[in-house]
Amino acid sequence: MFDALSDRFEGIFSRLRSRGSLSSAVVDEALAEIRVALLDADVNIKVVRAFVERVRERCVGADLARSISPGQQVVKIVAEEMTAILGGTPLKIAYASRPPTVVLLAGLQGSGKTTTAAKLARWFRQQGRNPLLVAADLQRPAAVEQLRVLGSQAGVSVVSASDLLERPDPPAPDDPVGTSRAALAEARRLGRDVVIVDTAGRLAIDAEMMDQVRRIAEVSAPDYTFLVIDAMTGQDAVATAEAFHAVLELDGVILTKLDGDARGGAALSVKEVLGRPIAFASTGERLDDFDAFHPDRMADRILGMGDVLSLIEKAEREMDADVTAKAATRLQEGRFTLEDFLEQMQQVRKMGSFSGMLSLLPGVPKEVRDAQIDDRDISRVEAVIRSMTLDERRNPAIIDGSRRSRIAAGSGVETSDVNKLLQQFREMQRMMRGFGAARRSARKGKKGKKGGRVTAPSLPDFSGMLK
Amino acid sequence: MAFVILIVVLFVAAVAAGAFVGVRVRSRRARGDLEGTPPGEKAPPTRPPPPAPEPAPEPAGEALGEGPLPVGEAPSLRSRLGKARNLLSGYVGGVLARGTIDASTWDDLEEALLGVDVGVATTDVLLAELRGLVKAERIKDPARLTDVLKERLVDEMRFDDRSLHFEPGVPNVWLFVGVNGVGKTTTIGKIARRQVADERRTVVMAAGDTFRAAAADQLELWAQRVDAEIVRGAEGGDPSAVVFDAVQRAAARGRDLVLADTAGRLHTRINLMEELKKIRRVADRPPAKVSETLLVIDATTGQNGLAQARQFADAAGVTGVVLTKLDGTARGGIVVAIQRDLGLPVKLVGIGEGPEDLIPFDPEEFVEALFS
Ligand SMILES: Nc1nc2c(ncn2[C@@H]2O[C@H](COP(=O)(O)OP(=O)(O)O)[C@@H](O)[C@H]2O)c(=O)[nH]1
Ligand SMILES: [Mg+2]
Repeated sequence: MFDALSDRFEGIFSRLRSRGSLSSAVVDEALAEIRVALLDADVNIKVVRAFVERVRERCVGADLARSISPGQQVVKIVAEEMTAILGGTPLKIAYASRPPTVVLLAGLQGSGKTTTAAKLARWFRQQGRNPLLVAADLQRPAAVEQLRVLGSQAGVSVVSASDLLERPDPPAPDDPVGTSRAALAEARRLGRDVVIVDTAGRLAIDAEMMDQVRRIAEVSAPDYTFLVIDAMTGQDAVATAEAFHAVLELDGVILTKLDGDARGGAALSVKEVLGRPIAFASTGERLDDFDAFHPDRMADRILGMGDVLSLIEKAEREMDADVTAKAATRLQEGRFTLEDFLEQMQQVRKMGSFSGMLSLLPGVPKEVRDAQIDDRDISRVEAVIRSMTLDERRNPAIIDGSRRSRIAAGSGVETSDVNKLLQQFREMQRMMRGFGAARRSARKGKKGKKGGRVTAPSLPDFSGMLK
Repeated sequence: MAFVILIVVLFVAAVAAGAFVGVRVRSRRARGDLEGTPPGEKAPPTRPPPPAPEPAPEPAGEALGEGPLPVGEAPSLRSRLGKARNLLSGYVGGVLARGTIDASTWDDLEEALLGVDVGVATTDVLLAELRGLVKAERIKDPARLTDVLKERLVDEMRFDDRSLHFEPGVPNVWLFVGVNGVGKTTTIGKIARRQVADERRTVVMAAGDTFRAAAADQLELWAQRVDAEIVRGAEGGDPSAVVFDAVQRAAARGRDLVLADTAGRLHTRINLMEELKKIRRVADRPPAKVSETLLVIDATTGQNGLAQARQFADAAGVTGVVLTKLDGTARGGIVVAIQRDLGLPVKLVGIGEGPEDLIPFDPEEFVEALFS
């Protein structure tokens, strides 16, 4: 998501930049386009209006007529205002000095709280914590059961009303407030340092249910209260967020279902209206399609700069640095074999879904970004390579017709698929070789470049990739 | 170091993505071949099966447990909206208060429409027409203007037939599709209640969501509540096999209706949309017939709803829409475009979580609620 929005901005920006001089009519036209782009992306109408006004005022103040590159100037103003809304530093979890650190999840029906609870639990485990999940959605049929299954996938235990009957303060089977209270005491007894409370979905206008979640917050005294919001939400996101904030004093927002093609304007609106950060974002159905949200990077992404930092971070966490570094050197020197490829592919797979990763890369053409890459398809590529002998992997040039049929048969694909893979591999290899050389000479040029903000490095051109 | 890693990742991603395009064409053909074979055992799962450390629950037979709830009256939309809204508030209220029609009237109307998710494109068209009308008919009174707007909106959503189709004599299958969390399973529960209690039809539910943890349990609880049978499969199994079994059961026992649940899926997942096509094909084979494919859309959905409707219509041959969660503050304005541009009628409206909270869609009532 956000991609479509960034596509729109790219178009508007490049038209602005190409102008030598800017009349106010041109600026107005660009602002009108920006307004529509934001509205189409589901940014709240009030937020859009305020945004466009701010940009307009600054453009007037900037005296564009006298500027050398007026188009660039407007782009800069828009980018700055955009970063001001979305930007800021990521939320950093400060653990309670007296554990457990309690996290409360709330939101509308169907926004994805239960799945998020399990993903968050897995995330905390990755941070070296020992979380406990509390199933306090006693409303939706089978919600507790769902959390139990997800919890066991995440390797985190789940407690609900029925597990707390032995306690001195057993909750009634349908009482989420009592369940939360008892579960918290249980977490202390078990020495868990993080407690995540999953609550039932509720409408912001349902006074009784809102009072219930307020009481859950009262007894569990959360260190963090997050509102879980579906990225596909429209104009209503602001009203909902404000209502939950009024009752719960939110610390942030968790955005779900970002893997679709929704443009995610709701996120922008909520951030602007509440002044609370988007803390985490969920980008797929797998438990590991989830991570802390980096607003600054997201702003870059909307403005067309990719989100390389997130990718690198993920890579550093999941991949074996030495092996990868060696592979990269071989790659640049043109000695990268299918054997290396297979090994790296397994490393890369640890980082989550391929589609998720591609969406973070700058310069990846839309067709590739939108292609749905399933793990199963990746497995097929793997199977093809595995059906090759070691010699074939090291020197694909020896693969002739009969070898090709053998490989195809061995991996259950057609020979044309084997061809396609080999061809693709050769082509990328060639591209990377040129790229490595270009980069080495470029680096000599600008030695003293200051650190700080990393912008997208120029990457090889992928446009030939699909044909 | 960071940059080095990036290069490798890029390389792998690029080769995999490029090679994949070819592979996908092939695998699509492979799925097409499944046409003639009975669904079930051999079909590869379209999603990687979730690591399920617990044994899949026993397939349950007929509804068990305590008896079903007594059947109550369906509530009205207005009664549900009452607590949330007061009539003619917000922008439209501002229009009326002004007394004359001027530039701010048009601004207010525009914001009123955009603010309920009607969307820029539809709003532009509506307001252009309205300006023409105001000129031609010399409308001066803002109250008349808002009435004309409402009439226009109702006109955009005209459908002669919003009924749920049923063909006597064979088991009818009604298939429920949509993105994650919109209310598919709940809607099945509510529809089953009406079909059993009012239409006196016998209902078999098919627990076709084999992906989400405990989804079949959720549906089974609904089956118990509303006195329907249910057919379940193994978690992570082939959903079309479950639907196939349910159809067989309905045919063997002479049941009227199979309500088939499916896993929520984002409309951008090509493979999962293919899976949906297959489910539909399997359900539509004699002796059964798919007489409704209902797309469930959540009223909080913004402009993305149009893309959802388009993709699901393409893949599954959607015959109608169920708009859920209209009992909240969201107005569901996106269904104006869905009905107007895609020609898909909204048939039902969800207004709560209980078994009675489902009512027929009434355009006049909906438009009133849009601005209240
Ligand atoms: N307020 C309200 N909640 C609803 C409505 N329909 C469904 N829900 C709730 O939305 C959530 C998701 O519903 P579910 O049927 O599981 O969605 P599915 O994933 O599409 O099957 C549940 O908590 C339901 O109780 C409705 O019309 N109004
Ligand atoms: Mg469901």
